[in-house]
Amino acid sequence: MERLKSIDDFRKLSVTRKAETFKPDTTRVRVCSGTACAATGTPKVLSAMEEEAGKRGINLDIVKTGCQGLCQKGPVMKVEPHNMFYQKVKPEHARSILAYTVQGGMPFRQGLYRQDILSEPILEMTNVPFYKKQLRIALRNNGLIDPKNIYHYIAVGGYSALAKALSSMTPDEALAEVDKANLRGRGGAGFPAGKKWKHTKRASGRIKLVIANGDEGDPGAFMDRAVMEGDPHSLFEGMLLCAYAIGAEYGLIYVRHEYPLAVKNLTHAINQAMELGLLGKNILGTNFSFTLDVREGAGAFVCGESTALVASIEGERGFPRPRPPRLSEHGGGAWGYPSNLNNIETYACVPQIIEKGADWFLSIETKNSPGTKVFALTGKVVNTGLVEVPMGITLREIIYDIGGGIMGGKKFKAVQTGGPSGGCIPEHLLDTPVDFDTLTKVGSMMGSGGMVVMDEDNCLVDVAKYFLSFCQSESCGKCPPCRVGAYQALQILEKITTGKGADGDIEKLIAIGEKVKESALCGLGNSALTPVLTTIRYFRDEYEEHIHDKYCRAKVCRGLGTFSIDNEMCFLCGLCKQACAFDAVKETSRSFFIDQDYCTKCKACYMACPIGAVKVNKASKGQSVKASK
Amino acid sequence: MKVEELDIDERIGNVREILSDTQKKRGILIHAFQQIQKEFNYLPAEQLLSLSKKLDIPLSEVYSTASFYKHFYFRPRGRNVVCVCAGTACHVRGSHKVLEKFEEAFGIKEGETTPDLSLTLGTVGCVGCCGLAPVVTVNEEVVGDLSPDRVASLIKEVKGK
Repeated sequence: MERLKSIDDFRKLSVTRKAETFKPDTTRVRVCSGTACAATGTPKVLSAMEEEAGKRGINLDIVKTGCQGLCQKGPVMKVEPHNMFYQKVKPEHARSILAYTVQGGMPFRQGLYRQDILSEPILEMTNVPFYKKQLRIALRNNGLIDPKNIYHYIAVGGYSALAKALSSMTPDEALAEVDKANLRGRGGAGFPAGKKWKHTKRASGRIKLVIANGDEGDPGAFMDRAVMEGDPHSLFEGMLLCAYAIGAEYGLIYVRHEYPLAVKNLTHAINQAMELGLLGKNILGTNFSFTLDVREGAGAFVCGESTALVASIEGERGFPRPRPPRLSEHGGGAWGYPSNLNNIETYACVPQIIEKGADWFLSIETKNSPGTKVFALTGKVVNTGLVEVPMGITLREIIYDIGGGIMGGKKFKAVQTGGPSGGCIPEHLLDTPVDFDTLTKVGSMMGSGGMVVMDEDNCLVDVAKYFLSFCQSESCGKCPPCRVGAYQALQILEKITTGKGADGDIEKLIAIGEKVKESALCGLGNSALTPVLTTIRYFRDEYEEHIHDKYCRAKVCRGLGTFSIDNEMCFLCGLCKQACAFDAVKETSRSFFIDQDYCTKCKACYMACPIGAVKVNKASKGQSVKASK
Repeated sequence: MKVEELDIDERIGNVREILSDTQKKRGILIHAFQQIQKEFNYLPAEQLLSLSKKLDIPLSEVYSTASFYKHFYFRPRGRNVVCVCAGTACHVRGSHKVLEKFEEAFGIKEGETTPDLSLTLGTVGCVGCCGLAPVVTVNEEVVGDLSPDRVASLIKEVKGK
């Protein structure tokens, strides 16, 4: 690799790469090598493909791309030039795919995507309902290029935004463009990136830092991972543009340690960019210099909070610090240098804004939240995976049109957005358009983009307890509202879900929630009780059922409800009797029944019954007195 | 990597140009833990002591930082590490049942190591494979879509390792 000495050098390289790298009529497969597809067997599929291609004498161009999104159906691949999209590919399919598609130009029907068993298979990726409504900006190259090959990125137009900025824009102009585009921080709070950049630029001191926050700790979220693993150069380009705009020379990427592949790909990509002269001193022969280092986290959720992240970079305990000074101010950032911290996805959007202009970005959907957002759609939907949609799309469209509806034909109950700090949105608000402001209005938040769908089998009190126990165990312990408040609230929820709830518990939870919100030091603490507050707001009846009727309608919580055996259904297999550790299942000559005096409501019999003849019901009034004793 | 081999300037990266010596020594701390743990699979006391000497940071502060992060361990870990994902998607798809199965099979609780050091069982926040929930990581490998049958065969496989 030869170092590029000027912008013209780069332009020449870009033109040749565009013409040569992805020639349209080459036989090519683009195989997803994201973590999920790799776990379902991409490496085996690849070696089978290579072997088979060798046997048949086909010159096959294999591109190992980053996450293509449809993780549920992995491994997925596209075969070109026919542009056919295959899902759930197994090593034994390699022969058929090569014989039918590559050599014969025909589809291999078993590998194509079908909505259900009766519908016709779909040939092309763009026609698959999962991809139809998506619009990809941050994930534009995922599925196209090999993240380990910088030439691939250049071939699809990469680094040309940098060349444009360096050759024809002053730093102020570049900043103004991002500011005008009203790009809002994709990490959760939605603070406009342009404003943040301006603050940092204005801060006193010559040395400034650009930091990318890749500490994606929210359970159920993997947007940043997809960018870091699948398209690291677009992150670099975004950071470079930011550094150019605000006059920074040093950059850091903070990655959580659970993402070893991301660290590997980032480091590899940094080395390539250094060799080509796209990072380092005098980039493309200009006097602009910028270097990048990767910092690995060590498993602390709170380090996703900006001040805690800085503390962790400095080698301290990851405690949040009181603000001001803000990160962008002198004395606030890493080692006291003014630092601009943005989320990975935010940086990945920047090159497109510079290249295509702020007006283009503003033309995409809602006025206050332009652009797109990547969501990790998970939980009980048919198609789980990464989706990037224009803002303003409704939750219903995401869940039913893209996600394909609820698994197993069950009934939708709620969707949780924004990770542990977000809230649960009930069915009647499903037509809410997704953008930063409306989600906040309904009591949830955009968050980093986790979207977990729940059906009637999920108990929302249990879900609230789950999120709270996560926040409680991840609380750093520095400030008492979060440390003590979350613990106390968790104790109350524990009581409620084990049938020991009492009158006034809900009010106590609300009171604690409000106090913690007002008084905690950092964002994690402020929002620790949000899931509890929103579930109370929309699903109060479920809480009341747990407390007053000692009943969990989703039958998730143990120690609630009255167990009985439906003798009409029961075929006397006796598994429930075997399962019961307390001898509460009694046998008569022709039936089984549950002795309520012995029953501890542990659900062992309920789980053991193969046909669902063990029923859990609300206790009748007389029994509920007994249960609450 | 052993503490003696730690090259502070190289490991801190390009930002070395703007940092004082104390800042560099502090800034390398977490990275040093990671390297020590890679070598020893936990943080042995004597290594922490020599690290404290090398970096001129009191041992109490070294320990304070190390103990803050969940990823660092002060006791030897098992040769195999199984982590059950406890992320949201895995939770709603029944990861607690998977964890129970493992706990039963190996007779240890979450966060513990078997006495013969063959296995450490833990949970992890989210491995980002929510599409395959519930997910378990065996060492570095991600195993997804675990039905009760597959859990049983996976336990067998791990026991054989």
